[in-house]
Amino acid sequence: MEKAERKEEGWEPKVVAFVCSWCSSLGADQAGAEEGGHPAGVRLVRVPCAGRINPMYVVKALQNGADGVLVFGCHPGDCHYRSGNLTARRRLSLLKSFLEHLGVESERVQVCWISGAEGARFTAMANKVVEDTRRLGPAKKLVKAKK
Amino acid sequence: MIQEKDVERDVLVIGGGIAGMQTALVLAEKDHHVYVVDSAPAVGGFFPLLDRQFPTNSCGVCFMSPKPRAVCPTYESDFHRDIELLTNSQIKTVEGQAGNFTVTVGHKPTRVHAGRCTLCGKCEEVCPVEVPRELGAGVEKRKAIYMPFPRAVPQSFVIDEQACTRCGECAKVCPVDAVDLDEAGSEKALKVGAIVLAFGFEPFEAQRKGEFGLGRYQNVLSGIQYERMLSYGSPSEGVPQRPSDGKRPKKVAFIQCVGSRDLTCEAGYCSSVCCMYATKQAIVSNDRVKGLDAAVFYMDMRAVGKNYEHYYQAAKTDYGVRYLRSSISTLRELKRSGNLLIEYGTDDGQRKSEEFDMVVLSVGFSAPRAVKELAGRMGVDLNEFGFCATSEFKPTETSVPGVFVAGAFRGPRDIPESVVEGCSAAADVSSLLDDFEGRTPKAGRRAASEELDSDFVPRIGVFLCELKGKLGESLDLGALAELFGKERGVACVETVDVGEAWQALETIDARARELKLNRVVLAGYRALELTKAARTEEAVGPYVGVFEPVNIGTQCAEAHRGEPAVANSKAADMVRAGVRKAFLATPRKFVERNISTRTLILGGGLSGLAASLALAEQNMAVTLAEKSGKLGGNARFSHYTAHGEDIQALVAEKVAAVEANSRIEVLKNTELVKLEGSWGSYRATLKTEGQEKEVEHGAIIIATGAQQATTGQYMSVKDPRIVAQRTLEGMLASDDEKAVKARKVVMINCAGSRESGRPWCSRVCCVHSVKNALVLKEKNPDMQVYVLYRDMRTYGFYEKTYQQAREKGVVFVRYSVDDKPQVGLRDGALGVSFVDELVGERIELDADLVVLSTGIDPQDNRELADVAALKLTPDGFFAEANPKAAPLDAADRGKFIVGLCNAPMHIEEALCQAKAAAARASALLWSGTEYRPEARSRVNAVICAGCGNCVAVCPYDAIALDAERKHAVIDEVRCQGCGICAATCRSSAIDLDGFSNEQVLSVLSAL
Repeated sequence: MEKAERKEEGWEPKVVAFVCSWCSSLGADQAGAEEGGHPAGVRLVRVPCAGRINPMYVVKALQNGADGVLVFGCHPGDCHYRSGNLTARRRLSLLKSFLEHLGVESERVQVCWISGAEGARFTAMANKVVEDTRRLGPAKKLVKAKK
Repeated sequence: MIQEKDVERDVLVIGGGIAGMQTALVLAEKDHHVYVVDSAPAVGGFFPLLDRQFPTNSCGVCFMSPKPRAVCPTYESDFHRDIELLTNSQIKTVEGQAGNFTVTVGHKPTRVHAGRCTLCGKCEEVCPVEVPRELGAGVEKRKAIYMPFPRAVPQSFVIDEQACTRCGECAKVCPVDAVDLDEAGSEKALKVGAIVLAFGFEPFEAQRKGEFGLGRYQNVLSGIQYERMLSYGSPSEGVPQRPSDGKRPKKVAFIQCVGSRDLTCEAGYCSSVCCMYATKQAIVSNDRVKGLDAAVFYMDMRAVGKNYEHYYQAAKTDYGVRYLRSSISTLRELKRSGNLLIEYGTDDGQRKSEEFDMVVLSVGFSAPRAVKELAGRMGVDLNEFGFCATSEFKPTETSVPGVFVAGAFRGPRDIPESVVEGCSAAADVSSLLDDFEGRTPKAGRRAASEELDSDFVPRIGVFLCELKGKLGESLDLGALAELFGKERGVACVETVDVGEAWQALETIDARARELKLNRVVLAGYRALELTKAARTEEAVGPYVGVFEPVNIGTQCAEAHRGEPAVANSKAADMVRAGVRKAFLATPRKFVERNISTRTLILGGGLSGLAASLALAEQNMAVTLAEKSGKLGGNARFSHYTAHGEDIQALVAEKVAAVEANSRIEVLKNTELVKLEGSWGSYRATLKTEGQEKEVEHGAIIIATGAQQATTGQYMSVKDPRIVAQRTLEGMLASDDEKAVKARKVVMINCAGSRESGRPWCSRVCCVHSVKNALVLKEKNPDMQVYVLYRDMRTYGFYEKTYQQAREKGVVFVRYSVDDKPQVGLRDGALGVSFVDELVGERIELDADLVVLSTGIDPQDNRELADVAALKLTPDGFFAEANPKAAPLDAADRGKFIVGLCNAPMHIEEALCQAKAAAARASALLWSGTEYRPEARSRVNAVICAGCGNCVAVCPYDAIALDAERKHAVIDEVRCQGCGICAATCRSSAIDLDGFSNEQVLSVLSAL
């Protein structure tokens, strides 16, 4: 990334990525098999299905100091639980507009569908969110008072 | 069935593609030890090539397993303790007979020790030899030492013997000494009771059709190559690219029937799937490159599968795919641009030409040549095209008793048919080898769940899952162990090698017993897969109430190979989070319940009869309920098949066998009026002539059939000389003079089908028209027989019947749906007038008989759908859970839909489905018990406001509102633990074990 864009020296964005236990976990594993497949600041949180993600989790992640949140789910039609990904989609798009209303930039919370074979897509998306948040700088809007 | 004591129960499946894996998975559920032999270095067949599938454009393979468990059939096969994969192996000798075969299997050396290879890829970098990669038919290159595809099972590099120059560079750089260039082959003798042949197919070598320029023109690709290009896993990440310059194509042509329906290359059959795969590729291309113009050059569009016609129509209307009915005269490359110029003749005789950026040849299926010799030695008959010869009424049996067949080795076919046949072959094996009466499951660890601590004070065992030394290579395991040892509740931190999954689980089991562990954190390689295996196979004792997988293998050790600091700190974070999550877990006990081994079958047509018999042959109890007073269904009105088999004899034989079988309770004049419960313990209320009775059963097979469609079209004149195809068949069977003595017979196909009102294709009518036309010609060679059609859909080997009909002088004339044939009376004579599209002329005929192919209508299934909680397709047939991977499964477990109520199909296909459903039902029920973890979602009734939001989002209908107490209640058997309800609940009254709010939040704060 261009240095000029950096908001704070030596700061590395922290991104919480939710992965489902089916396609996205596999995709994440596949991405990991390549060196550099996971950006350093990305931490995975496994859930059974993207549909399990309570919007509160995303908010909590931001409150706990994450600079970005990435949600991985299965492609439409591929959900192991039939329709959990679609439920997640509805829920998270609502959350995103709410967060924007609070002043959290929309690039900080992103949703992406991947299959178990799409390691490269995982990497690309994870890098994208890291770079997007890097450009935006640390997320401070929801962070509770310094620990 | 042979007496069990006299037979081997182990089974050999040859071919690890879709069909073979399906057979293996079903048989393994029935406690058979299954060997899967594959000549390729990894199992999966053509499966790894496909990432989008028609008609849904999705993948969905994780639905495929008999139990909802693993993520994909290849992985599941790998982790199933009763499935033994023997890859890179060939069958040497086969001796013995049904029940007792001795087979020797030769293992070709891969020259890489799979147990050691860490997939680091250093060998690949230094290997100087480059050859085309098999996956995708050479569209990419690979080295002589290579990984067959990213998720290959077994997970190891292999050396291609032919390509390897033995330079030894790979051996020099291999850090774990896994390369052994002098590895010798080995042999293994197997004793098995039955053999299933699932050899699959070979794609047609399109180079043989030199005129299309494959291999000469850079921008001409085969369908297999293009499929690879469209896969997200390809180097272009799913975006089509012109091989000549890497540019995205704007115009792509698909040429159909390359190596199919072509006598010049011994392919006098239709490959059945190319029309649809080209359509899919056109749609996906359009998705990947916006504005891409796709044109399909075809002869007949054969969209015969369930919902395929809709997909084909959507390709035209929603994606703008152009379908050009044409014959191609030349295809040549334009030197400067690398574009391709196609000259073709159109339907109406015009000559046209068009330039494309890229051309894809939709290559057909050829018989697998490599197995011809083996089949000969085994005595398995092949047909004239080299595929396995089978009869229509015993579709998955070969000419050798005890040897069965499934999938594309029977002939070109699509995934759903292969999946069905995989199950059907498993049913054949079961009929031969299984007697489930009195058999107890061999899994020995089903101990009582009381062993779980009642207070559940956390005693956490952290197991660092090492694979081939890769974990320790990047991570400081000692430091990590010390770190985790300090976490609250941790009783031990140990390293376990997970190279052999079952051994690893046994080690963990032993340690857990010794240290009284009640929670286990699996940190490292294969953590998730091991967790799933441990949970479903009862491999680790029930005193462990919680498993928490954390993949610090690929996600830390490998992803950050070069940055140990990052790898270690990330691993520390992840495992710490896992330990804290495990600490907060509530225990999940295993519960055991008795399940009914009886299967209820609705519908006494051929499908219902065949399913009943298949189950009874395995000594499983059946209740067969038929709505009418007679067994036999629609088959009672059919007489012969396209290949001349006697349907009436088949019906009589099946009915007699069913009525004589003491395991089958037959209830005629009976309807289902109520269905309650879930799989294993359904309660059906059946009504027989006003009397109601309850039946307890574990599974239900819906085989309620369909009906001959009627149409108002062409019937404006009431005339006894206008008959339906089925009526004609009856007339022919009884040598009715009106048919046999007729001078001119005109058949009109798609009468009322494939247009608004009945938009689906009924799959069978084209074949029936050809079949009946042939019989007419045979009975009266001087008769003039005309078949008016829109697309001739004689898929697979039916193409040969079509060919024969043309040879015998049956005249086939295409008509357009916009200009349909007219039938009218002229001076008492029946006149048919139609436009021959080829010559563009109107033709008037006097017909003695007009025969309408009216298609197949679903029954009015709405009431049954309501009673049995089934979903319907927009066309009114019963909907399946997944069109590819689970074509027979209804949305709920233990409900199967087979035969005509599922979709229009031939008898052969219905018999396969019936047997397949029987195999699936018995795999589910035979043990009489289910042993599973408790339901995962819990409702706190005190907080629950009874709003019903959870009821609305549950994909499994597992939640209901208790009307009296006004709170949600979860059905333990139906709940699959997705947690959608928990995330939906506004008052957090629902929580999910294993992923409770408290746990997820603890993870979030630990990271």
